[in-house]
Amino acid sequence: MSANATNAPSTLSEWLVYWRIDLQLLVALACCAALGLFVLYSASGQSSAVVINQAIRLGIGLLGMLVVAQIPPEWFRVAAPWVFGFGVFLLVLVVLLGDTAMGARRWLDLGVVRFQPSELMKLAAPLTVAAYFRDRSLPPNLKDVGVAALLIAVPVLLVADQPDLGTALLIAAAGSFALYFAGLRWRIILLLVLVAAAAAPLLWYNMHDYQQERVLTFLNPARDPTGAGYHISQSKIAIGSGGLFGKGWLNGSQAHLNFLPESDTDFVFAVFAEETGLFGVMALLALYCFIVGRGLYIALKSQDTFQRLAAGSLSLTFFIYVFVNIGMVAGLLPVVGVPLPLISYGGTSMVILLASFGILMSIHTHRKLLAT
Amino acid sequence: MVTDNAIKNHAAERRMFLLRTAVAGAAIMVLVGVLLFRVGFLQVLRYGYYETRSQDNRMRVQVMPPVRGLIYDRNGVVLADNLPAYRLEIVPEQVDDVNATLDRLSRIVEIREADLQRFRDRMAKTPRFRGVPIRLNLSQREVARFEVNRGAFPGVDVRAGLTRHYPLGDVSAHLVGYVGGITLEDLRRVDEKRYRGSNHIGKSGVEYSYESRLHGEPGSRVVETNASGRALRELEMNRPVAGESLFLTIDARLQRAAYDALGDQDGAVVAMDPKTGGLLALVSKPSYDPDLFVDGISHVNYQKLISDPHKPLFNRALQGQYPPGSTVKPVMALAGLETDQIAADKQVWCPGFITLPGSNHRYRDWKRSGHGWVDMPEAIYRSSDVYFYKLGLKLGIDNIHRYGALFGLGSRTGIDLPRENSGIMPSRAWKNGTRNQPWFPGETLNTIIGQGFMTTTPLQLAQMTSRIAERGEGYKPHVLGGWRDPLDGTMHQTRPTALRPIKLEDPAHWGVIISGMEQVITNPRGTAHYYVGQNLDYTIAGKSGSAQVTKLAQNQAAPDLEDVEHQFRDHALFIAFAPIDDPEIAVAVLVEHGGGGSSVAGPVARKVIDAFRSQPPVLQASTGAGR
Repeated sequence: MSANATNAPSTLSEWLVYWRIDLQLLVALACCAALGLFVLYSASGQSSAVVINQAIRLGIGLLGMLVVAQIPPEWFRVAAPWVFGFGVFLLVLVVLLGDTAMGARRWLDLGVVRFQPSELMKLAAPLTVAAYFRDRSLPPNLKDVGVAALLIAVPVLLVADQPDLGTALLIAAAGSFALYFAGLRWRIILLLVLVAAAAAPLLWYNMHDYQQERVLTFLNPARDPTGAGYHISQSKIAIGSGGLFGKGWLNGSQAHLNFLPESDTDFVFAVFAEETGLFGVMALLALYCFIVGRGLYIALKSQDTFQRLAAGSLSLTFFIYVFVNIGMVAGLLPVVGVPLPLISYGGTSMVILLASFGILMSIHTHRKLLAT
Repeated sequence: MVTDNAIKNHAAERRMFLLRTAVAGAAIMVLVGVLLFRVGFLQVLRYGYYETRSQDNRMRVQVMPPVRGLIYDRNGVVLADNLPAYRLEIVPEQVDDVNATLDRLSRIVEIREADLQRFRDRMAKTPRFRGVPIRLNLSQREVARFEVNRGAFPGVDVRAGLTRHYPLGDVSAHLVGYVGGITLEDLRRVDEKRYRGSNHIGKSGVEYSYESRLHGEPGSRVVETNASGRALRELEMNRPVAGESLFLTIDARLQRAAYDALGDQDGAVVAMDPKTGGLLALVSKPSYDPDLFVDGISHVNYQKLISDPHKPLFNRALQGQYPPGSTVKPVMALAGLETDQIAADKQVWCPGFITLPGSNHRYRDWKRSGHGWVDMPEAIYRSSDVYFYKLGLKLGIDNIHRYGALFGLGSRTGIDLPRENSGIMPSRAWKNGTRNQPWFPGETLNTIIGQGFMTTTPLQLAQMTSRIAERGEGYKPHVLGGWRDPLDGTMHQTRPTALRPIKLEDPAHWGVIISGMEQVITNPRGTAHYYVGQNLDYTIAGKSGSAQVTKLAQNQAAPDLEDVEHQFRDHALFIAFAPIDDPEIAVAVLVEHGGGGSSVAGPVARKVIDAFRSQPPVLQASTGAGR
């Protein structure tokens, strides 16, 4: 695989380097995943089937992460544009002939498995932007910014059209972070923020009814406490009634008596907050911050522009997962379908997330010893 | 890989990246701070509020309706009973699409057109948060079949409960009344909190007037529920308190005897214990099956009842207002004695009619040939109209009104049953007030023989008879004799309410009119001797009355009964009490369009008093409605 292959590992650190593992990231992710299994056991109404399912997916995800870590970062750079192009092709296919599930076309039936191409774009989009900037002079000139913006906009618009606002948002965030780390000028960032604010009404009129409903409900949850506002009302009750110390594991009445909908998927944070209280929430946020911090550290230590931009944007995207999900469950943001990373029950998105950490590990462990 | 690297400044790029990472790190810290602040706000500052909301979510108060008190007669015969029953209820508020739910339900339990109709009627009148029964009296099989499928029917539930049953059926319908579903209108009348969970409320009769005592106090159960409202465990429990069981003064045996005595005729019988004012029987015919109303009467049945020309829902004993006819003559005679307008033994010439000065209108006696010379007792037992016409001219309407009112005529008795009417005891003031006309002398003549404007209810006549029997003493008519405390089971008796006694200038005057009333039955020339006075083994006094329904033309004598169409026949009335020395029962009988008071109403009164005196052993009430 690489130059290390000839030296058999003897110590733990050698062994870790040999298998391209970043121990700190692995331990933090494993802690988070283990915690997630406990929370899920409670949130699913003590269903061991759910926990076993999730554990299997975690196993696959972690294995996938380690496999990805073995691949040299250069390969990602080379492959990214191709995967990106393929992904766009699939997204167009979805638009043309995708399966409709729950009012949205997201799935592509490949005969054997149904596959969500949008998940792939969460990785392909930032990596392609990072690859594009690799050999260009930074901060980027206007033409490069335009190209990068186009690379982001195409998949985002295709996914938003499905419609899947949550995933579109994450793809947009991931791509934008790459652009941000490439050195997009502050005044352009400011300009974009202003343009976004101005475009909000335009966006509003292009939203689906249920999306508008979510925004209205977010602005005033009491508007419809039994319908669209029910999720938010119940999750706020769950979080608030947890207090400082929580009701204790398996004692969250909101989730156990089924008042809280989707308690094991997008709203799992409410169960966690109800059962562990503010101290549990602080511990969880600390764990997430450590993971993000480690990712940013890897980005700082990386050795070329592609790797820096890729590692930086993937780390920030991870944080966006956390922020959007908790913000939504706590009633700070409108309801969009973003899972709580490593804890929410769900397959594809977790595998993709762990793959992104595989890329981080690959970047970190494939550094060449350079003379300074 | 090596393209335009020439213009790439790696060191500058590194510095820029470091800066950007630092900014991103700071932004992350700020956003984490925002999240912590938000979660902290919910979990610390608003903890109390959300903790309460969480408890409210979790706990649900279930109302446990009280068991309605039973109604018994004076001997403990059940007049209103509770029977166990399963019903299927829909809470409209909790059902998205009622029609679709009904459609699916009908595949599981049988739902007939009549059920649907009743359901829609009831739903329109019931608050949306209350259950409306769709099926009553489910079989065990149907209950089981629903329970298996209940998950598919949110807002639909099987309720085990009690339903009301009236063992005497139509015999006691006008007395006991019935319960029915609670309407919005009913809820305005009662404390809504006491009726959460209750299905029935008294609608008429005793069930209505003693509603608050029969109903009892609801209990509550605090249960932990899940989001779909299913109770998981009980946290707290307050038992409901059953309603009081009521014991009426009514004798079921006599009630049935009176009901049977009326036969197929429309009319009313009121029998009273003159020593307490407690009613022994209260019958109105035709009657109806009160069980029909309990769980909501069907449209068809209701239409049948209200379109019946004989008006079975009309309580003739309390609400019917009929001219009392000659039954008021004893009271009018008493007025003559007390005001010194006439002496008891004064002989009065009674031809077949009299005329008033300045008019040639003939005021006829019911007997065309007249009665000849009669004194007061004879005028009573032969029921001479002319004697009383002449007495009326002396008394004047003011005295007539005063004595009529003294015996309770023209005002409600205040009985503990709903919707009593007052009748009319006419006076100058009454005529001026209602017709804006002066009083004419001819109207005095009509009034003193209980015709013209004067109307009374059968209940008032029974009260009047009781006061004559007791020589002025009297008690407020009532049906409640006692009750059983639901908590300790002790029995309580109601104390009769004494009315102000009628004090006579000369108490011997009572004897005069009672003697006249006795001879109505015992004297061979008495009007009722032939119909009532045969084979008597007790003393009895009475008075017949026939109330004209249509005015006779001038110079026209009363035609033979058979020649008159039923609805134009006179109402037949009879009042009686027995025994004379120690009265135990006073009876008033009305037979609508019966014809002669003595011949038609008299035998009914006799049968009732015979039944009362024969005192057969009290039998258990049969379960079927007696017909």
